[in-house]
Amino acid sequence: MPSELRMIPLLPLLSAAYLILFGRRHSRESVHRIACLAVGAAFLVSADVFFFWFPILYQSNGLTDLVGTWLASGDLQVDLALRMDALSGLMCLMVTFVGTLIHIYSTGYLAHEQDYARFFAYLNLFCGAMLLLVLGDSLPVMFVGWEGVGLCSYLLIGFWYGEAANASAGKKAFITNRVGDLGFLIGMFLLFRAVGTLDIPVLVDTARAGSPSLTAALWWGQPVAFWAALFLFMGAVGKSAQIPLYVWLPDAMAGPTPVSALIHAATMVTAGVYMVARLGALYLLAPVALAIVAGVGALTALFAAVIALGQNDFKKVLAYSTISQLGFMFVGVGTGNFAGGIFHLFTHAFFKAGLFLCAGSVMHAMAGSGDITRMGGLAQKLPFTTWVFRVCWLAICGVPIFSGFFSKDAIVAGAFATEVFGPRLHWVGPTLGAGLLVAALGTAFYMSRLYCLVFTGECRADLDTRAHLHESPFAMVGPLLVLGLGALLAGVMGLPPALSRSHGDLIGRWLATALGRQPEVSRALQWRVMATSALIALAGIGLAWRFFGGGVREPARRFTAAWPHFTAAVRGKFFIDEIYDWLVVRPLRGLSRVFFLVVDRILIDKLLVGGWTVLVDTAGRLLRLVQVGDVQRYLAIFAIGLAALVYVMARPVAPSEVKVRIEGRSATVDLTEGKAAVDKLEYGFDFDGDGREDRVGAAANANWLYPRPGHYQLRIRIKDPRWNTSRTIARTIDIP
Amino acid sequence: MTDLTLTLLVPLLGAILVMVAPWGERTSRPIGIVAALVSLGQSLFIVRDFDKSIGAFQMAVDRPWVPSLGIRFHLGVDGISLWLVLLTTLMVFLTLLSPQAMGLHKTRSREFTVAILVLEAGMLGTFLAVDLFAFYVFWELMLIPMYFIIGIWGGERRLYAAIKFVIFTLVGSLLMLAAILYLYAQVHAVTGQWTFDYATWATITLPRGPELLCFLAFTLAFMIKVPLVPLHTWLPDAHVEAPTGGSVILAAVLLKFGAYGFLRFALPFFPLAAQQTAPIIAWLAVAGIIFGALMAWVQDDVKKLVAYSSVSHLGFVVLGILVLSQKGIQGGIFQMLAHGISTGGLFLAVGILYDRRHTRRLSDFGGLWKPMPVFGACFLVMVLASAGLPGLCGFVGEFLVLLGTFTAGKDWQASGLAAPMFAHPALLAGLAAFAVILAAVYLLTTYQRVMFGPLDKPENRDPQVRDLGLRERLVFAVLVLTALVMGMAPQPILDRTAASVQELTANYRFRLAEARANPIGPARRVVAGKPSARPASAPAGTARPF
Repeated sequence: MPSELRMIPLLPLLSAAYLILFGRRHSRESVHRIACLAVGAAFLVSADVFFFWFPILYQSNGLTDLVGTWLASGDLQVDLALRMDALSGLMCLMVTFVGTLIHIYSTGYLAHEQDYARFFAYLNLFCGAMLLLVLGDSLPVMFVGWEGVGLCSYLLIGFWYGEAANASAGKKAFITNRVGDLGFLIGMFLLFRAVGTLDIPVLVDTARAGSPSLTAALWWGQPVAFWAALFLFMGAVGKSAQIPLYVWLPDAMAGPTPVSALIHAATMVTAGVYMVARLGALYLLAPVALAIVAGVGALTALFAAVIALGQNDFKKVLAYSTISQLGFMFVGVGTGNFAGGIFHLFTHAFFKAGLFLCAGSVMHAMAGSGDITRMGGLAQKLPFTTWVFRVCWLAICGVPIFSGFFSKDAIVAGAFATEVFGPRLHWVGPTLGAGLLVAALGTAFYMSRLYCLVFTGECRADLDTRAHLHESPFAMVGPLLVLGLGALLAGVMGLPPALSRSHGDLIGRWLATALGRQPEVSRALQWRVMATSALIALAGIGLAWRFFGGGVREPARRFTAAWPHFTAAVRGKFFIDEIYDWLVVRPLRGLSRVFFLVVDRILIDKLLVGGWTVLVDTAGRLLRLVQVGDVQRYLAIFAIGLAALVYVMARPVAPSEVKVRIEGRSATVDLTEGKAAVDKLEYGFDFDGDGREDRVGAAANANWLYPRPGHYQLRIRIKDPRWNTSRTIARTIDIP
Repeated sequence: MTDLTLTLLVPLLGAILVMVAPWGERTSRPIGIVAALVSLGQSLFIVRDFDKSIGAFQMAVDRPWVPSLGIRFHLGVDGISLWLVLLTTLMVFLTLLSPQAMGLHKTRSREFTVAILVLEAGMLGTFLAVDLFAFYVFWELMLIPMYFIIGIWGGERRLYAAIKFVIFTLVGSLLMLAAILYLYAQVHAVTGQWTFDYATWATITLPRGPELLCFLAFTLAFMIKVPLVPLHTWLPDAHVEAPTGGSVILAAVLLKFGAYGFLRFALPFFPLAAQQTAPIIAWLAVAGIIFGALMAWVQDDVKKLVAYSSVSHLGFVVLGILVLSQKGIQGGIFQMLAHGISTGGLFLAVGILYDRRHTRRLSDFGGLWKPMPVFGACFLVMVLASAGLPGLCGFVGEFLVLLGTFTAGKDWQASGLAAPMFAHPALLAGLAAFAVILAAVYLLTTYQRVMFGPLDKPENRDPQVRDLGLRERLVFAVLVLTALVMGMAPQPILDRTAASVQELTANYRFRLAEARANPIGPARRVVAGKPSARPASAPAGTARPF
């Protein structure tokens, strides 16, 4: 088996390490040469492995490269192993390909940046981590990549650290992702407890076999598979920015635009979709979990599309669009249509990365501003950018022929046709499919609005900016053109079988061994969905043209006037950030402050700890009162003490031995030893424990005849009549 | 072949050399560094010569010390102490190497070096002692230099902090001394010989009542050291007032003695009491994990913040140990090492910030990446290691502990533990896992407020705020490299702890079953594999359903 698999993540990682350590000593040219070469080489290695082992990837579980044991303890054994199968091979190619393009683009975009080496080091580090995520053969290794890409996202969002807002956005991304990662961790724990391993192939095989360890009920009647799937999905929700954890992605646009394109559109944010697809067999065991995945996806697709309608920042619109498109992918994988979800992941990687790079190109020309209300008419000034944007725009709107059309249709049709939810949840699929069609209408509308406001009509920028408008250098335009070509043609991977019997659904067939069964979509349904979605795309574009063609038009103004509250809410993103701040962050921080002051400082340090010092201190003060140097008082205390001592001493001393002799039913008790024998004492014997004294007198011995055998309490009272003190001794007596 | 006596002697000899060296202050630190380096080299030899297939003590040194009382100078190393010894020598070396070790104090570097080296000898002795008397002597020996380090080279409230530290520690250790003496007598009563030998003591089962009392005495001493909430309030004070070097040693090594002692002594000596009180300790550990993190979040003093984060991180260690499974204990041990590296590094970083800016208030910093990029990168690695990022040292321990706790019920059943240690292990693991989020919150907030944002305060633009010097770079290079290696290749460490942990848990299971079967019996000797002195009824029937 090829050990060059490990080279794929290692190349960018090594380059990152080198650039972090020595990057500042190199010129810009050598920095970006090293960085681009590393990713490019990773792409070449991936392509080499992929095409050389093509049949093996297709037919079997793929290739494994076992590097060694990463950590083992008790029954836990986690190998550092990489696996390339049909799915991860495809992802690998995509990540390295898009990654290389964006590295090249960055050399132009950041040409004037001071911290050149640091940027490329982070970008390389990201690629390495992403490849580890994709290729990791066990969940913990995947998790290393999973958190590694989160780290790079954090670093790159806050790349321009001088602005507090950028740094905060990075932090928000990392922390929100961590919330999801908590779910990922617990999901892993559940799977390990149930199956005893975290190797993905074993988990998938166990799930495919429907093993009882996964189908046994765990909590609230739901099986282990359900809870594991749900918790893992929580991780996906964080990483792939779905409701309720999507809030970090719009803020993440604070990072440099190539970062938004690579990390926050094409690769990292799709990791959640990839993970669900990889563990698809597990999800298929739990239809309710699948329904939750698909439901969250559809809801996010709709919700983010609505918010995107009201945003005026170029990259913010694209960010919400990404959230929405990720929702589409989750509906795909959530309806058991894993290949459909992955297909859309691919086409989206092309057209969304293209859109972001266009945004970068436009902002490059606009001196860094992304405010679309100040743009307009840029088509003449930026011809290449405009053409690429048009292709990507039509692709995301779902206009026929363009890639997005086919991948979106695959998801919608799959949702209508799916049977994974079983008879009870049968209604879920069609409902979600209809929801997606509405979201597609929204998508076409807001993307067309974006196109109209940026590229058509009169330029609304100030004169200074207008004078500087220019097309970007070739390093930026080149990758743009390649991505535009991809956005145009990537649909070939998944033509509906209805269109082409021989070359239809290539990606579905390619992934069939890796991902298992797919929903069967009838030809009639395929045609219906294609027709509907084409109409919807055109309707959305037409509507947007009426509202925004050549600038904000009269209908748009009338709409805003008629629905002022709705418009304000959409512009304000439904105030979700503020709600989270008031519901979660502030209460928790307030609680921590109160805890610190009340519990830690006062209760524990002042009362519990300080209490002891006060106690010792007070005891010392009190005892000091006794020691005043007054001889009369000392004598008085001495006298009182002596009297007390005498009283205590004068108690009748316990006999050194209590002799009990039993003969038949007769018991004789003898105390004639020790001090008791000397003094004139009075003895009371209660032989049967009834409280009445059976023998009283000066004799230190007595006997008693028990009426019947049994277990008796013997109680002896010794009294000293002079001091009127007494002592009681108890014994048990067994009469046979 | 390595001699453990030498390991103890080198720092002591170094201390003497520093004391008598006629060249004054200037040479004291270099001599100290050389002594610490030799010591570090020795512990590396110990690691090299360590046989990972043996669970028992290795490289033993066993000589009579006070023969009339049965006290022996008995040292040995096993998988539990091996890496802690290396951690100790490494951190002492780095502390002495670091130019900020004495905080802002510039004088008495000779005395400081002596204190640190004596402290090192005490710490190594405590980890290596196999004789309870020797253990106690070394345990108390550590206290004295630390008292001086805080009290002489500390900040403004150094006397308060030093006395608080000493009194807290003494309360615990005197109770432990009482328990040790009681056990000494009991061991004599059962075996007929006066001995402090660990192996013998670990076979004595006490009657239930005294067992509980002795366990509490030992555990109190250890849990104050860890520290477990609510016994932790000495820690923030001690850390804030201690000089950088003191804080580093305190966090990186001294706190570990709590967990180490608990694992080494409290569990094997008192199996039943440990099992009965485990629910309380486990909940306190989880409470400490969450509580420490929340407290850290609201601190303005960076040192206090790191101190509270220690409370949170060491909660994982206690939890892992209490799980009494291979994963849990190995994870706990790993977490101890990782915490030593990452928190030691954080305290060094804070020391550098304090050196440059003479303040530790978060609100006084901001934008420091610009003047200090190399420091920023090193600080970031330490922050991320502390936050448990996979690939760095912090993750492995946390992951093993959480996984071990989550699956504990299954492990207990599979290994035949006579009774569960505590109820709802999965719930506890789930709660503890929240620290994953909280650690990111307080650590990244701190990092951001120090390093990122505009460089708008004039004090931060001062040329005094300069990047790392050569010695500082060296210190951080070692720490960063260690954090990376431990995170990416933890297996060599785990491999060498496995056998000892296995032996410990097996012995614990056996003795717990015996103690549960025979709860009110008198003090007795129980040796695995042989029938006990007073035969116990079959332990299997006493297992409670899980």
